[in-house]
Amino acid sequence: MNLRSIALRRVANGAATLLMGAATLLVLLPLIIIFYHIIKMGISSINPDFFTQIPRPTGEEGGGMANGIAGSAIMIGMASLVGLPIGVFGAVYLTEYGTGKLSTTIRFCADVLSGIPSIITGMVAYGMLVVPMKGFSALAGSFALSLIMIPIVLRTTEEQLKMVPTTLREASLALGVPLWRTSIKVTLRSALTGVITGTLLAIARVAGETAPLLFTALGNQFWSKKLTEPMAALPLQIFNFAISPYEDWHRLAWAGALVLVVLMFGLSLAARWLGRSKHS
Amino acid sequence: MRNSAQGIKGDTLFQWFTLLLACSIIVIMLIMTAEMVKESLPAITRFGWKFITGSTWDAVKEEFASLPYLYGSIVSSILAILLATPLSIGTALFITELAPRKLGAVTASLVELLAAIPSVIYGLWGILVMTPWLQSTVQPFLIKRLGFLPFFQGAPYGVSMLAAVFILMIMIVPIITSITKEVLMAVPTSQKEAAIALGATRWEMIRMSVLPYGRSGILGAVILGLGRAIGETMAVTMVIGNTPKISLSLLSPAYTMPSVIANEFAETTTKMHASALMEIGLILLFVTLVINFLARMLLWSVTRKWKGGVA
Repeated sequence: MNLRSIALRRVANGAATLLMGAATLLVLLPLIIIFYHIIKMGISSINPDFFTQIPRPTGEEGGGMANGIAGSAIMIGMASLVGLPIGVFGAVYLTEYGTGKLSTTIRFCADVLSGIPSIITGMVAYGMLVVPMKGFSALAGSFALSLIMIPIVLRTTEEQLKMVPTTLREASLALGVPLWRTSIKVTLRSALTGVITGTLLAIARVAGETAPLLFTALGNQFWSKKLTEPMAALPLQIFNFAISPYEDWHRLAWAGALVLVVLMFGLSLAARWLGRSKHS
Repeated sequence: MRNSAQGIKGDTLFQWFTLLLACSIIVIMLIMTAEMVKESLPAITRFGWKFITGSTWDAVKEEFASLPYLYGSIVSSILAILLATPLSIGTALFITELAPRKLGAVTASLVELLAAIPSVIYGLWGILVMTPWLQSTVQPFLIKRLGFLPFFQGAPYGVSMLAAVFILMIMIVPIITSITKEVLMAVPTSQKEAAIALGATRWEMIRMSVLPYGRSGILGAVILGLGRAIGETMAVTMVIGNTPKISLSLLSPAYTMPSVIANEFAETTTKMHASALMEIGLILLFVTLVINFLARMLLWSVTRKWKGGVA
C-alpha cells in the first residue's frame, strides 16, 4: 500500500467532513438570525392592546392586530370545516379500498397538488367566487385555504391510518361489525391522535398563507361585519405593514410575525407531543 | 338477517361516500386547470406566442407580454437552486452520516423549523433586515471588487435579483434537505457496511455507496425545490424590487411571474389586464405541474425500490 495515497485519502475525508459541518452551520445560521430579529423587534409591541385593538393610522402610537388575528381564526376555522372532513374521509377510502389505479392516481394528484403555488389557488378562488359574488370576501378566502388544506390532510391522515394494525380491523369485522362502522369506530378511533396531529400540521401550514388571500379576502383595516365582506388576516397585515414606509407599522409587522411564529410552533409542538405520547 | 343486510347497504354507501371525497382531489385539479385556461383565453387568442417573447407590459394601451417575468423567475430560481443544492446535500449528509444520533435529530428538527416559517415572515426579514445590509455592505463590495463583470454592475439598491436569490436559497434549503435526508436514511446499512469493510474512509463510503444509491431521490428533491422556488410569491415580491427589466446584473431590481400577479391582480381595471395575469398564472401552473410531476415520479420510483429492496 502506498503511504502517500492513504494520507491523501485521509485529507479528502477530513476536508469532506469539514465541508459538511460548514454547510450545516451555514444552513442553520439564517434560522438563528431571523429568530433573533423577530424576537428583538417584535417583543416590545406585544401588549394587551396588540390583541384587542385594530391598527391605528400611522403617526398614532399603539394599535394592534386584533382584527387580523380574529380574521385568520375565522377563515381557518371555515376552511377546516370543509377541508378536514374531505381530507380525512378521502384518506379512509384510500386505506380501506385503495388498491386500484384510481387510488394511485388520487395519491399522486394530492402530492402534485400540494406543490402548486398557493397564489394560483387564490386566482382560482377569485374566478370562482369573487367574480360571481361581485366582491372580495372572507368566504372566498376560506375557500382558497380549504383547497390548500385538502391534499395535505388527505396524505397525512392516510399515513396515520396505514399504521393501524390489520388485526384490529379483522377482530372488529369478525364480530360482525360492518366495514363502515369498523372504519369509523376502530380504524379512525385508534388513529385519532395521528389524525389530530396531521390536522394541526395542516392548520399550521395554512395559518401562514398570504398569497391565496391577496385577492380573495383582500384584507381590511377595520372589523368585518359579514362573511361576504373583505376580511383582515394576520399574514396579510404583516405583508402590508412590512412594505409600508412607516416605522410604527414596521413595529406592528414584527410583533405580528412574532405572534404568527409562536402560534405555528405551538401547533407543531402540540402535534409532535401528541405523536410522541402515542408511541410511548 | 336484517342487520347484516343493513350492514352491507351501509358498506356500499360508505364506500361511495368516501370515494366521492377522495376523488375531490382529481376534481380540484381539473377545475383549477379549466378555470385558469378559461380565464386566460382572451389573452391567449389576442397575443398568441408574442405573449412569451415580447417585453411590453402596458395596462393603459392593453399591450401585454411576459418575457421579463419569465426571465426573472427562471434566473432567480436556478441561481437559488445552484446555491442551495450543495448546502442541502451537505446538511443532509451531516444529519444522517456524520453527526451523533442526538445532534443529528436536533439538527433535523431545526431544519424542519426553518421549513415551517411562513413565506411572509421571510419577506419581512428580507425587506427590513437583509436588503439594507446588502445595500450597505455586500453590494458595494461586489461592485468594487467584481464590478468589471457584467453581473455586478450598477448602483446598490438593496432590493434586487441578488436579494431574491438569497431569500429563495434560504427558503428552499430546508425542503431539499429534509427530503434528501429521508432518501439517504433509506440507503440500506449493508451497502455502507460493505464499503467500510473494504477499508473505505467515511467520505469514500458516502461517495461510493450512499450517494449513488440515493441519486434519483436526491434529484427528485432538488427538482421539488425548484418548483417551490418558481412558485414562491410573498418573500420574493418583497425583496426583488418589482421592475420588469431584463438585466444581466444581479444588482438591478427584477420581477417574477408570481410577483406581478400578487402586485397587480387585485387592482386590474380592464378584462384584458386580468386575462393577461391569468395567462401568467396558467404558465406558472403548467411549469409547476410538470416539475412536480417529474419530482414525484423520481421520488416514488425510489420509494418503490426501497420497499422491494430493503425487505
